[in-house]
Amino acid sequence: MISWMAWTLPVAVFFSVIACILICMTVYEVRSPCVERRGFLPIATTRGDRLFIGLLSSAYVHLVFLGLTDLNLWIPLALSVIWLAVILRWG
Amino acid sequence: MNKTENNKAWFLVLPVFVLVAFSAVIPLMTVVNYSVQDIFDQNNAYFVGAEWFREVLRDPRLHDSLLRQFIYSFAVLAIEIPLGIGVALMMPTKGRMASLCLILLAIPLLIPWNVVGTIWQIFGRGDIGLFGAALNGLGIDYNYASNPADAWATVLLIDVWHWTSLVALLCYSGLRAIPEAFYQAAEIDRASKWAVFRYIQLPRLKSVLVIGVLLRFMDSFMIYTEPFVLTGGGPGNSTTFLSQTLTKMAVGQFDLGPAAAFSLVYFLIVLLVSWLFFTTITHMDKAK
Repeated sequence: MISWMAWTLPVAVFFSVIACILICMTVYEVRSPCVERRGFLPIATTRGDRLFIGLLSSAYVHLVFLGLTDLNLWIPLALSVIWLAVILRWG
Repeated sequence: MNKTENNKAWFLVLPVFVLVAFSAVIPLMTVVNYSVQDIFDQNNAYFVGAEWFREVLRDPRLHDSLLRQFIYSFAVLAIEIPLGIGVALMMPTKGRMASLCLILLAIPLLIPWNVVGTIWQIFGRGDIGLFGAALNGLGIDYNYASNPADAWATVLLIDVWHWTSLVALLCYSGLRAIPEAFYQAAEIDRASKWAVFRYIQLPRLKSVLVIGVLLRFMDSFMIYTEPFVLTGGGPGNSTTFLSQTLTKMAVGQFDLGPAAAFSLVYFLIVLLVSWLFFTTITHMDKAK
């Protein structure tokens, strides 16, 4: 039934990780609701906002690496994970 | 008043979840899958990793159409927003003339994109079109089919003709919402017309203008039909914008992998711009 979706393992892993992050953030939010606050970003953000900003900027980090370099994609991935952690904690 | 908490209400959101999954999430997942494979037919798909993304991001054709797209969208905003404000300021405020103006302004908004394209395609022709023939009669060498500058001017003019009314109507409603007391206070202070505009009308138009800018940017950023009908993207590639490049790739050449990678890049650009506008609007409301 889902053969037309042409699933591949990396894409399945990618969406599973995104789904896991969303589920974990929802559980975290229900257990300890967050308050909007101001970090190093120029606007006041909630935890969800920071996650969105982190994920979107990570996508752009990958695009920059793909467009400008021939480096292995594990490098932007590692940078993105660090960036996401930084933005969630201090953003 | 005490609020009762009932988490069963979440079930009411379920239909929306199903609908969004069906119409957006599943197709998006499929596009991501296509973007990492070389697909020949349903049984022949080969994993190629990020190859298509590399190819698409380094394709000069796409750089050019992205640049054209941004120039076009900013030109549309630079013309339509001031023009829309100007039209709204000049419109009568009361009586039959006001209603008549509103109806006249609403007419272009009701015409479908392909019809607008066809109207201008004929209107701009040098042999049978009034606009083209008039310009040629004045000694201006106008031909949108062979001159890139003319083609650009015409595609911009089409959008201005079609959508300035939207900005004008939004601004008109914003202007009507300003209480009379503000104008009376300005009159007591002997404020000039410019001061009234600068310190009363423009600040009060801010929220409708943000909506206007957002709508016009998103709409012009996905423009397809008008240049397709008018010039087919030509002369050369001078009026080929992003969506047309994408269509050529996906439907014309049937390069599903690169087209999927390209649409994801396109999606990320739209997502970023929409988020920037959304954040601006919400933070402006909070500042109030």
